[in-house]
Amino acid sequence: MLRYIIQRLFVMIPTLLVISILVFAIIQAPPGDYLESMISEMQSRGENIDQTKIDFLRHTYGLDQPFTVQYLHWMFGNWDGLQYQGGGLIFGDMGYSFEHNLPVNEVVGDVLSLTVVVSLASVLFVWIVSFPIAVYSATHQYGAFDYGFTFLGYIGLATPSFLIALILLYFSNVWFGTSIGGLFDPAYIGQPWSWGKFGSLLAHMWVPVLVIGMPGTAGMIRRLRANLLDELNKQYVTTGRAKGLPPFRLLVKYPLRISLNPFIADIGSLLPELISGSVVVSVVMSLPITGPILLEALRSQDMYLAGSFLMFMSLLTVIGIFVSDVALALLDPRIRFGAGSGK
Amino acid sequence: MIEMNADPQPLQHFVSEEPFDPYSVEHVSPEQERLFLASQWRMMWLRFRKHRVAVAAAVVLALMYISILFVEFLAPYGVHSRNVDFIFAPPQRVHLFDKGEFIGPFVYAYDYRLDMETLQRIYTENPDKPQKLRFFCKGDSYRFWGLIDGDKHFVCPPNGGTLFIAGSDRLGRDMFSRILYGMRVSLTIGLVGVSVSFVLGMLFGGLAGYYGGWVDDIVQRAIEILRSIPHLPLWLALAAILPVTWSPLLIYFGITIILGLIDWTGLARAVRSRLLSLREEDFCVAAELMGARPTRIIFRHLMPSFMSHLIASATLAIPGMILGETALSFLGLGIRPPIVSWGVLLNDAQNIQVVQLYPWLMLPMVPVIIVVLAFNFMGDGLRDAADPYK
Repeated sequence: MLRYIIQRLFVMIPTLLVISILVFAIIQAPPGDYLESMISEMQSRGENIDQTKIDFLRHTYGLDQPFTVQYLHWMFGNWDGLQYQGGGLIFGDMGYSFEHNLPVNEVVGDVLSLTVVVSLASVLFVWIVSFPIAVYSATHQYGAFDYGFTFLGYIGLATPSFLIALILLYFSNVWFGTSIGGLFDPAYIGQPWSWGKFGSLLAHMWVPVLVIGMPGTAGMIRRLRANLLDELNKQYVTTGRAKGLPPFRLLVKYPLRISLNPFIADIGSLLPELISGSVVVSVVMSLPITGPILLEALRSQDMYLAGSFLMFMSLLTVIGIFVSDVALALLDPRIRFGAGSGK
Repeated sequence: MIEMNADPQPLQHFVSEEPFDPYSVEHVSPEQERLFLASQWRMMWLRFRKHRVAVAAAVVLALMYISILFVEFLAPYGVHSRNVDFIFAPPQRVHLFDKGEFIGPFVYAYDYRLDMETLQRIYTENPDKPQKLRFFCKGDSYRFWGLIDGDKHFVCPPNGGTLFIAGSDRLGRDMFSRILYGMRVSLTIGLVGVSVSFVLGMLFGGLAGYYGGWVDDIVQRAIEILRSIPHLPLWLALAAILPVTWSPLLIYFGITIILGLIDWTGLARAVRSRLLSLREEDFCVAAELMGARPTRIIFRHLMPSFMSHLIASATLAIPGMILGETALSFLGLGIRPPIVSWGVLLNDAQNIQVVQLYPWLMLPMVPVIIVVLAFNFMGDGLRDAADPYK
């Protein structure tokens, strides 16, 4: 088992490296760099240019260097021979946000941790909601409940989460006269963490979690239901029933266990989907998570800020996939013992 | 030697007098015979036809795709025609009966008043002024597909009146006409995007599946990496690269290519796994033993057996593209005005205060949901029909 985990960890590192190169290439692609446009803008306004600062920034991030050097600066920081001089994504320095005139680390603040919290809550929501519904639908196939949820599931799949968010916002405004956007009461915004703020987070979080999780839940119900139905139609189930196993025990003991596999393996595709959804939803509902800042950064070509967020989201999904692989290996001895290594 | 019986006794069991037909049990009715002899595509069609919902969805989609050819003719207004006197007018209902009397499709004229307290524009229907709609009529002039000048419309607003089936927006432009024009962009972007990802998927999936070995490894890793980056942020980042100086049409193609560039992984996986499993099939081995060349094996023997699956997967990939474009344009990084797509229209609905006052701005949502649903249903039907021998 330990070997398996270590092996997976070693796969993760090159994956993340390639992703980082890709991300850096993308944020580098627009012509010119932010410093140049900043300088020309300041000149046109007749402001003084702090040449030492610009030189400092240019040197720290190697903006006058070729692509590979810039990438190395961004990723691994500044080195003088073997002496570490600061910077570097892998040391936790995410670069400098030109737009905000602050290091990215200070700009993002709580945003990253809140993104993790919201994403995890959405995954949990998807699991908790889809599991009982899928099991019930599969065991009562073609019942009214099954049809109802199949229909709802289709609607959920077809309606992108930001539209659900819009509709919810609209009706909450019309019916209750309140806005359901945000993650906190306005009183807590910008305040340090306290129990009251935490409580406010819990009270506000369910709406975005519901919205972000909805399409994922619909897909999950569909897949789990199909898997479980496949299993339920197999002969061992008939045999078990003929031998007099109580239906519930029979269901839990064999078919459910087998169909749980894809349930966990799916987190690999669920997590990117949820994060994608959360980007738009958070813009619509003005949540203090990655979406709005990423969008702003992309619009103003604030490359380090955008790059950090892209990297962070990819890291989140890669770790999610890793966790699901490990959980799957724990659950399924076939994978653990290497029979399924060919995928 | 067998000793012959000198005195043969009649056999003690029943023998039918009728002429013997060894194939009598296997006789098939002409109907069955047609089914047995049917080509693969015909069997798929027969399978698909049974899936009622899928057929209905296919009809809806076909109608929509046909109508994007004639958008200029179908829309009552031009895409940019402004009606300055009717800003944020709510949807008008089309009536048939006026005071119990049938006079054909008509609308009531709008009376406009500005509420001086809330500064809200208030439109009320004037029941004394029924205005009949005109059909096959002269209206806003347009250039059909940007080539032929014309001004004929299927339906036009009444003379001196208005026809806002889905309300009007902040410049007094008819939402219904704009939704129709947006359909052209939103629906084609899915098709073009899928074609891009189809080609890429076939190429990479085919290479990986046919050659195996290190080619397969590299393609597999690339797919894994692409899949572990959330699509939408990546799309956003790529869309942000497109230079501001590009013309809207170039942006349109840029967006479709971006959508296709990221989305081919699913198709490539499908192609690869199909090729890997089909390569071991008897008919393929037989062809190989008879000396067929790889190209012949791939195109003559393998392709037909997984083409149907590919078409089904491609159909299921289209809604993702349409939603992707909608999300991008909604966030302001996708298609740019003056080109209209459903996402561009929804961009106006971002401000919830505006939406609360003018909820009809959210209407472009409806066709998005219908189209995505229809593609999902049709794709499900195609997928079930893709393997008709099951």
